[in-house]
Amino acid sequence: MPEAVATDLQHAVEDAAARLYVWALKDIPQDLRDALAEARLRETSIPGKRVLETIHKNVNVADRENNLVCQDTGIAVYHARVGELFPLHPARIYEGLRDGTARATVDHPLRSNAVHTISRENTGPNIGYRLPIVHWEFVPEWDGLDVKCVPKGSGSENMSFLKMCVPADGVAGIKRFVLESIVAAGGKPCPPGIVGVGIGGTADYAMYLAKEAIMRPVGTRNPDPLVASLEEELYGLLNETGIGPMGLGGDVTVLQCHIEHADTHMTLNPVAVNYQCWAARRASAHIGADGSVDYDREF
Amino acid sequence: MAAHTLTFPITDPAEILELRAGDEVTVQGEIIGIRDRTQIRIFDQGVEPPMNLEGAFLLHTAPGVRKLEDGSYEKVCIGTTTSARMVRFTEPLGRRYGVRAICGKGGFPDEAIAPMHELGMVYLAIVGGAAALETTQIEAIEEVAWEELMPECLWRFRVKDFGPLTVGIDAHGNSLYHDVQTRAQAKLEELFARL
Repeated sequence: MPEAVATDLQHAVEDAAARLYVWALKDIPQDLRDALAEARLRETSIPGKRVLETIHKNVNVADRENNLVCQDTGIAVYHARVGELFPLHPARIYEGLRDGTARATVDHPLRSNAVHTISRENTGPNIGYRLPIVHWEFVPEWDGLDVKCVPKGSGSENMSFLKMCVPADGVAGIKRFVLESIVAAGGKPCPPGIVGVGIGGTADYAMYLAKEAIMRPVGTRNPDPLVASLEEELYGLLNETGIGPMGLGGDVTVLQCHIEHADTHMTLNPVAVNYQCWAARRASAHIGADGSVDYDREF
Repeated sequence: MAAHTLTFPITDPAEILELRAGDEVTVQGEIIGIRDRTQIRIFDQGVEPPMNLEGAFLLHTAPGVRKLEDGSYEKVCIGTTTSARMVRFTEPLGRRYGVRAICGKGGFPDEAIAPMHELGMVYLAIVGGAAALETTQIEAIEEVAWEELMPECLWRFRVKDFGPLTVGIDAHGNSLYHDVQTRAQAKLEELFARL
């Protein structure tokens, strides 16, 4: 087998990943800043206001000191949207994302969280077997690559839930499960955050879709009006639970509820919940076929 | 809801009894960083901690640090982890070592209420994720024990104006988390009826 050689384009992907990982950890997106500001105005409980004021102060300190918003550098999760005509194979895009993650971790340095799941021994600078994790999307008749980095913290990832509702449970069963899950999670996932819900498909795919849902800009709506109205309804219901900021009680339990869906089997009605803490870190770049990188693109 | 400033390690346990669930607390002095593996070593593997925990304030943390050439550590980003995983250590921390305050994020479940009541301890809630701010309130990393557990070592930090913290569980049997859950469960029944 001929030996593969890293190309300039692979290096461009690596550079982008290294920069996106650190950028995401330090500088939270504007849509999230707006949602947190709105939450601060809306909250009336004393502990809740104290939490949201502290979050606001923290985001400003991170900006001023060029420090990480949260110490949990997470599991590096990427979303890669690859054009059919992008001149680098996904196998090499993956290597670029992996090497960039490792480089950023060593150079900054960032806390390394990756461990073998049985031995619990560290496996490297935020890389390991099947780490980082990449969600792939392929776009016909396009020569670009969009990369989004979403470092996923463990406090909120630990608050993930799956239920195989039956069709007779209907949409009410979905709503009920999401509400029960968020109340059970309480303060543990660092509320107020984004509740990602995946519905339909299979068990594993529903969970995958729940993760896709938390990667969206805050407050964007599912293009299917039926799903979008469920997002609105759940957003309202979740904020009636009174869990409040950091679970200390209050009006703002979630910043948003995002739902991604897939068609499913006539006997299935899966619902998955993946929580994204208030520090919903996200950074994106567009990489052109010529290796040019535009870091300003949010998607 | 009152506001208090406490200096740790505390010498007068009565200061803890003044705190009530919901109160605001700011901390000065020295605090101890501790986490899952640190406590597993102490309690499950029976290794005595090489630091005095009498009157201590424990912080659930695994800091991001940079090791300097002289072997000391410089802070990079220090934040707080989810406490609930470590609730079972509450009672022995208080009874055997005299720990007075445990600080973390997300709260302790109800099993912490009785030992905190009996032993005169409090759970102080920090804002999870607010590590950039927390890092500025840590003046120095004064001691690191059990470096082989990095980053889950036993840390001693000197802090200034550490907070604001909220008393989540006080030493009188009150828990904000218990109250919030009780109200939320009742609310859920009401919401389910509307679905």
